[in-house]
Amino acid sequence: MHELSIVLSIVDQVQEEVFKLEAKTVKRIELEIGNLAGIEWQSFDFAWQPATQNTVLEHAERIVYRIPAIAVCSDCNHEFEKTAVYDSCPNCGNFLHHLKSGKELKIKSILIE
Amino acid sequence: MCATCGCSQPEEAVTITRPGIVQEHTHSHHGHPHAHHHEAHHHHHHHEEDHNHGRAKEVLLEVDILQKNNLLAQRNRGWLEAKNIFAINLVSSPGSGKTTLLETTIKRIDSSKKVYVIEGDQQTMQDANRIEAAGAEAIQINTGKGCHLDSHMVHHAIEDLKPKDGSLLFVENVGNLVCPSMFDLGESARVVVISVTEGDDKPLKYPDMFATSQLCIINKIDLLPYVDFDVAKAKEYALRINPKLKFIELSATKGDGVDDWLTWLETNQNQS
Repeated sequence: MHELSIVLSIVDQVQEEVFKLEAKTVKRIELEIGNLAGIEWQSFDFAWQPATQNTVLEHAERIVYRIPAIAVCSDCNHEFEKTAVYDSCPNCGNFLHHLKSGKELKIKSILIE
Repeated sequence: MCATCGCSQPEEAVTITRPGIVQEHTHSHHGHPHAHHHEAHHHHHHHEEDHNHGRAKEVLLEVDILQKNNLLAQRNRGWLEAKNIFAINLVSSPGSGKTTLLETTIKRIDSSKKVYVIEGDQQTMQDANRIEAAGAEAIQINTGKGCHLDSHMVHHAIEDLKPKDGSLLFVENVGNLVCPSMFDLGESARVVVISVTEGDDKPLKYPDMFATSQLCIINKIDLLPYVDFDVAKAKEYALRINPKLKFIELSATKGDGVDDWLTWLETNQNQS
């Protein structure tokens, strides 16, 4: 359940921003989360409601942009999408790749009032 | 509220305790001088919105959700590097033999080498007591309900433990192959332990932990004649996830292979 820690980190950072900007509440939050960032969505959803309760995010609309995991094979330079950490290169079968995207865990924006 | 983490968890949740000392430092102890603070610096771009939101304003943050953990992990790393302390984040499922491996390591390592251990468990002082009995200084972090250690807990544990220059510092993470993989503690190396009483397909089932480790210890090899664990297969699976992963097969209770592990520690501390 590290998802709870993740949601609590989001709440902390957003509370700080809202306090600094002297706003009252957050109407909307946009997150960018990579497909290989290690987030289990059921756990994330499960953690969201209790962790945001009585915080500035309690009534915020949550928009999540899922970022596909794009890997480049270090052998043949083939670019492909990974759905699991252990996917091999579909072109040459090699397991050593450089990940261009897919590990994102970002708060993109908040709409405050 | 702690200035480092601004923790919104129930504050009595995490405790950090030296064996034989009644609650020397708790996370909720705010008389404790927390000397560190790190405000995030981001640029704010404000866009007035007209989506009938009245005074609503969009703020682009573009910040990493784990930024606080990562920043503090880098501070831990810098401090440890400056003191030439080799820090190992030891991760595994519960029961794979991390504490036994540490006890054996402490007893067998060159006696001139100072060893410290930060123990992470949800509850009890058991492990820290075992480590102290084996002859190293230990501190216990009890995470309460938490499933992993984070850089903030380790930061305070290091403050209390005060490891000496040139020493070895083991951080025994909470037994869990999932959550600890996401949290950098500031370690010099991450070592994942699996034992032959587990499934040999564990690397495929819990890939993140194998992807982020430098060394995989296969423990309890003395039990190989009695179990179905296929060492070659386990290695092959782990290499699919992390082609650079190194392996050491050993038995922490019987002592086979422990010399390889001690050599690995010495070599890698000298290189770091």
